[in-house]
Amino acid sequence: MFYREAGDFKTSYEQDSQTFPIKFDRYRYYAVLVAAFAVVPFVINDYWVNAVFLPFLIYSIAAIGLNILVGYCGQVSLGTGGFMAVGAYASYKLMTAFPEVSIFFHIILAGGVTSIVCVLFGLPSLRIKGFYLAVATLAAQFFLVWLFNRVGWFYNYSASGQITAPERSVFGVAITGAANPPWSAYLFCLVFTVAAAIIARNLTRGMAGRKWMAIRDMDIAAEIIGVNPLKAKLTAFAVSGFFVGISGALFFAVYLGAVEVGEAFGINKSFLVLFMVIIGGLGSIFGSFAGAAFLVLLPVLLKNTLVGGLGWPTDLAAHLEFIIVGALIIIFLIAEPHGLAQLWRVAKEKLRLWPFPH
Amino acid sequence: MPDQLIFGMEVVLNGLMAGVLYALVALGFVLIYKASGIFNYAQGVMALFAAMTLVGMMEGRVPFSHLINAIFGTEIHHFGWHLPGLAAVLLTMVVMVALAWVVNQLIFRHLVNQEPIILFMATIGLAYFLEGFGDMMWGSDIKKLDVGLPQGINLMIDETTFNIFGYGFFIDNLDLVATGVAALLVIALVIFAQYSKQGRAMRAVADDHQAALSVGISLNFIWVMVWSLAGFVALVAGIMWGTKSGVQFSLSLIALKALPVLMLGGFTSIPGAIVGGLIIGVGEKLFEFTVGPLVGGATENWFAYVLALIFLVFRPQGLFGEKIIERV
Repeated sequence: MFYREAGDFKTSYEQDSQTFPIKFDRYRYYAVLVAAFAVVPFVINDYWVNAVFLPFLIYSIAAIGLNILVGYCGQVSLGTGGFMAVGAYASYKLMTAFPEVSIFFHIILAGGVTSIVCVLFGLPSLRIKGFYLAVATLAAQFFLVWLFNRVGWFYNYSASGQITAPERSVFGVAITGAANPPWSAYLFCLVFTVAAAIIARNLTRGMAGRKWMAIRDMDIAAEIIGVNPLKAKLTAFAVSGFFVGISGALFFAVYLGAVEVGEAFGINKSFLVLFMVIIGGLGSIFGSFAGAAFLVLLPVLLKNTLVGGLGWPTDLAAHLEFIIVGALIIIFLIAEPHGLAQLWRVAKEKLRLWPFPH
Repeated sequence: MPDQLIFGMEVVLNGLMAGVLYALVALGFVLIYKASGIFNYAQGVMALFAAMTLVGMMEGRVPFSHLINAIFGTEIHHFGWHLPGLAAVLLTMVVMVALAWVVNQLIFRHLVNQEPIILFMATIGLAYFLEGFGDMMWGSDIKKLDVGLPQGINLMIDETTFNIFGYGFFIDNLDLVATGVAALLVIALVIFAQYSKQGRAMRAVADDHQAALSVGISLNFIWVMVWSLAGFVALVAGIMWGTKSGVQFSLSLIALKALPVLMLGGFTSIPGAIVGGLIIGVGEKLFEFTVGPLVGGATENWFAYVLALIFLVFRPQGLFGEKIIERV
């Protein structure tokens, strides 16, 4: 009834090409933004920020980045953890080398550095495809983690081999370190997440995104109709690397505060983000959010019900989580290869015809 | 002879032995890939699962004992019997065949005609599932596996080389056994694929699913058979690796090492898996020996992947793989 294109007349090209052409969608989007910026910061406490909101926002950025590469451009990457580590270590080096510059720019620059590294490891994608490429990106994962583990320059020769985020603030409010209020870290990450989503959404709607999708659907055909595969693939790697780098930097600086590279950015992180993309929906920005929310909430939920409610040992709950996640991946690939985003799309289609479907 | 050269030779020999073990895991990948076009990421976890089941059987552990104890508040852990190694191996094989059947019925039957990359991701899901399932079934502690294989330094080689070079090489007996087993396995597999009726059917399925169906080959049967074979190879690999370093989670990471092995050798070639394994085994040991000390060591973690990456750029189909021809 309320979800209709009908009656929503567009009178200019800007209106015609806006992100959300349906009025209801647009208002929903504004409502979510208002709630996220103006309501949530006032009601959250430490537990909610650290257990739910921060990981959700940060993984969303990573999932958007990986979705651009896997979902839009069709280049499967298993090196996400390694690239997040690049972002984390780049931000660490920048934060310690230029303490007078705002952390805001450090994080963006860290994204840029990751982007370059990602393109370097993306170069073989011009020659190899499919799971050959997936395996090749494992090289990035293992090499980068080893590099950050072994070369002292990256962790400033600290005795433990860990990197610890120094205390930094934006507009006088502490963002990193131990003393920050919960809402500051939340808002800081939210700004990046919203910006990433808007940029990604508009990139994928535009020329770049169409080229990526052409490459994904059939690269030879795309080449014949004039898409330059070199440019398309490498831009996908660059954009993806940028987002993944930012999420890695936030993950280290804002969320964890101190990081041991093998533990925080191991191969499991790569799979976690890939699962978010698969469960959420390949080739959908909304899907990245949905997948991230799902896989962040699932362990929290399991832990609270099984360990807190039923009194199971923690390791058993962790095993069950593995089983559930693995089974879900398979179920989604069989039943709904386009993920949660497709369920959402179907719901919207139903809504358009409701209450008179015929 | 200079010392460095002798050490180098020992490193190469040990690398060859390690390579054989990589090749063992890689074989399982090749088998499934050839017959069904599925790139089975779960192979390593299957090896881990097989080894866990074997240990569990031998020690008479109660499956899901932790779960049962947590739910019902009981304290059961062991049946109180010990199975001999051979019986446990046979029982484990039954479990692996059952697993193959379940995997085929529940997962891959529903994914026929999907893109290879979708199948690949499904096997990642399977790997996660099995990992959690195995841990839940048998517990996640590091288990000791001993089915009676010889272990420790081989004295004969030690003495012979000492007499020749004045320095005894250290070769583990277990590695020698593994080499023998791997060689036997490859010969058996090749004979099976080339000369038996089922082997021919398997190759026919690999060549063209529809054509195979139309001459009356049961796709289902062949797939279950192939997954069982892969389960068998996984079991052998699990026994070898489990005896060497204990049955624990890191076992499944060895499977990841088999990936660059495959990329070097080519996904479709059994000899390729062997040669690739040997190249990676020797390469990473030599690299660690020569360059490792200069850059801080532990280069074994990534050397194989980077080597494969560089190699693939120049020869995307691997050493022995069939040339990839793409048509629009």
